[in-house]
Amino acid sequence: MADDIHAGAATAGPVTDDGGALRAELSSPPPSSVPPAVETEVMTVNIGPHHPATHGVLRLVVDLEGEVVRDVRPMIGYVHTGIEKSCEDKSYWKAIPFVERMDYVSYFFQMEAFCGAVERLIDLEIPPRAKYLRTIFLELNRIHSHLVWLGTTALDLGAVSMLWYCFRERDRILDLFEMATGQRMHTRYFQVGGVIEDIPLGFEEKLRAFVEEMPIRVGQYEALLDRNEVFLSRTKNVGIVDRERLLELGVTGPLLRAAGEPWDLRKAFDYLAYPELDFRIPVGTVGDNYDRYRVRVAEMVESTRIIGQALEKLPAGPFIADDRKYVLPPRSELPTSMEALIHHFKLVTEGYRVAPGEIYYAIESPRGELGCFVLADGSARPARVHYRDPSFVNLQAFRDMSVDGYIADMIASLGMLDPILGGVDR
Amino acid sequence: MPDAPGLELIRGEIEQDHPGAVLDASFERGRPALIVDPEQVLSVLGWLRDAPGQEYRFLSSLHVADYLPAEPRFGVHYELLNRNRVERIRVKAMLADPAAARELPEIDSCVELFPTAEFQEREAYDFFGVVFRGHPELTRILMPDDYVGWPQRRDFPIGGEPVEFTYNERQYG
Amino acid sequence: MRTRQLRARDMLRGDLEGEELERHVEEKVVMTSFDKLLNWGRANSCFPLTFGLACCAIEAPIAVVGSPRYDLGRFGAEALRASPRQADLIILSGRVSIKMAPVVRRLYDQMLEPKWVMAMGACSSSAGMFANYAVVQGADKFMPVDIYVPGCPPRPEAVLYGFTKLQRQIMGNPDQDWRTRYRAHGSEEWARGGPRSEPSGEAAEAYRAARELIGA
Repeated sequence: MADDIHAGAATAGPVTDDGGALRAELSSPPPSSVPPAVETEVMTVNIGPHHPATHGVLRLVVDLEGEVVRDVRPMIGYVHTGIEKSCEDKSYWKAIPFVERMDYVSYFFQMEAFCGAVERLIDLEIPPRAKYLRTIFLELNRIHSHLVWLGTTALDLGAVSMLWYCFRERDRILDLFEMATGQRMHTRYFQVGGVIEDIPLGFEEKLRAFVEEMPIRVGQYEALLDRNEVFLSRTKNVGIVDRERLLELGVTGPLLRAAGEPWDLRKAFDYLAYPELDFRIPVGTVGDNYDRYRVRVAEMVESTRIIGQALEKLPAGPFIADDRKYVLPPRSELPTSMEALIHHFKLVTEGYRVAPGEIYYAIESPRGELGCFVLADGSARPARVHYRDPSFVNLQAFRDMSVDGYIADMIASLGMLDPILGGVDR
Repeated sequence: MPDAPGLELIRGEIEQDHPGAVLDASFERGRPALIVDPEQVLSVLGWLRDAPGQEYRFLSSLHVADYLPAEPRFGVHYELLNRNRVERIRVKAMLADPAAARELPEIDSCVELFPTAEFQEREAYDFFGVVFRGHPELTRILMPDDYVGWPQRRDFPIGGEPVEFTYNERQYG
Repeated sequence: MRTRQLRARDMLRGDLEGEELERHVEEKVVMTSFDKLLNWGRANSCFPLTFGLACCAIEAPIAVVGSPRYDLGRFGAEALRASPRQADLIILSGRVSIKMAPVVRRLYDQMLEPKWVMAMGACSSSAGMFANYAVVQGADKFMPVDIYVPGCPPRPEAVLYGFTKLQRQIMGNPDQDWRTRYRAHGSEEWARGGPRSEPSGEAAEAYRAARELIGA
């Protein structure tokens, strides 16, 4: 790419194909139109941590030559909250509200990673209804995360109206969350053993209405953006990183799938209700920003299908495991059963103890592989909780995505990278 | 995951190529783990990555756990993943804490083998003070650059302030 | 009831004395109609800064300011400004980590007078659940805060209510604190010494009055 500057590659504008699909030609950074007598220098510019791009407090130190990015160094840590250390101080169920505040857009996923890890540590099997409920909420959260991504990224690229539309749908999802759990965000709905409460009456109808309407909405969003000449020229052939490099950098999730690698932990590992549901994994071809956009939008539609199927197959039964050593007994039993009272007391004050052991459990979050490492030392508090956050690892690909491109393309790539700084900094 | 016999086979093969590297192999809850000598961790990781039939080419996660009060204190975990066979294996290197010598525990950096380790090793250094020899830029990543202390070590206090009620507000307020 | 209304009522009754009377006169006379107009203008056209730290940033500014349901535009605060030089209001939406605190302070210093600060959420008001080494225990440790909105994250309606309270503050007519409004003085714990010590003067008076009232 650097050679193109000196070889004088020509820039081509958008070319109209037959049928109306616009295709933007590869536009590499233009030859320097500066006469040779003028000196140029590399300018170091600091972007952030407070900046209009709405992705969180990410600080970028960019070396610019004209408008071309030569080097970018992301500096993070501006929202580091010490969640992992705080969890060591709390009993296992009290750690759940902590961990869900890491990646604050996909909070159900963090809960699932933690609860799943602890369940595997204590060998607790969750009932089928809980598996399906968890799957439904995880997929709703995936749609929510992608809507927030789409709204904010389109805002960064200039398509301001997408923000309002996406947040309108997001409000519908948050209404569903509020109906089932009482909170819009950070719901602490998943507990070790299942979910904390069953879904209320009327939830299924509302969810069904949402599932029917969502693909129409996604179609409308696609109609807004997919053939927009400006959007296409800003995202096509921009920020390409090839598959091998992405794998070396440990990148997972839609970024990897856009580059052509069909790797999705939902299909690879069996967890929750995914083995029993039928869904496809959207995979891109080129690995540019446009493919990343298409992959995520297609994932939204797939998630809607998953929710629809899970809703049909939702089994009746208990919504949390029965093991009183780890799971709170239902409140209705407390006034009458002494044992239930003792269990409740023990669980709430001290919490259950987990035998020494360690485990790493990974799930597919909207950004990639979200792994939770829990080290138990036999006491009622985890000795170490560590999250392998996908945004943290994906951020290493940012340099490859933006070097030798324009700075405006860097902003577009930042949007398509979809970092959530809460997860990056933890 | 390679099952228990498979794990023993792997251990045997590594012993042939790099004797003394693998100290122990554990298979708990269906997850295989190899406990290796920290000085030879690069050879084990390289073997696992490149040996035909193994090819764990994806490093999912690199993290450190503090096993205080057990010695050796720091465990550097490498979670490896083979995407074709969908298998995970964990490599653990236990490091002792040379605090008596006022030094930091050291281990070789695996950034050449797995470039994804760059940020993750910086994070391990930031929070535990584990130095990765050969890392291109081992600086603090999440804490402020001039922070003193290794926050996620178990003997580091959690910090913060006690909650202020009216009966103790004179003392803390 | 609002502070000014009460004081007006007291003055008419002849109940205002001394310092209160002076303050009332000062307000009525010195705060001219132009000042009131100015404050009304400031309150109804606040430009918030596009500033989001963490989870609360998803709820507001994006969901509150922009969302069609919880529209902050109807209060005139829709024009988000990216530059602190052009913004009036900084909403601290999210946890302030120790690395970010100097940055926030600098942003606050760069804002021009008059400026207001809303600490949104539990984390910026008082570090929320994060009592640890990495979070500043309340943004008011390093910058003045005008209004605190509790919640984790606060509902958009709560943010809007906080904003309307801030508007009343700006207009010079701040809401009374709840103890005055509900005549709840004396409901504090016995301070200075613990639950079994002697009550403070104010609290003792209130208890005596309450006992009288119920005829005990």
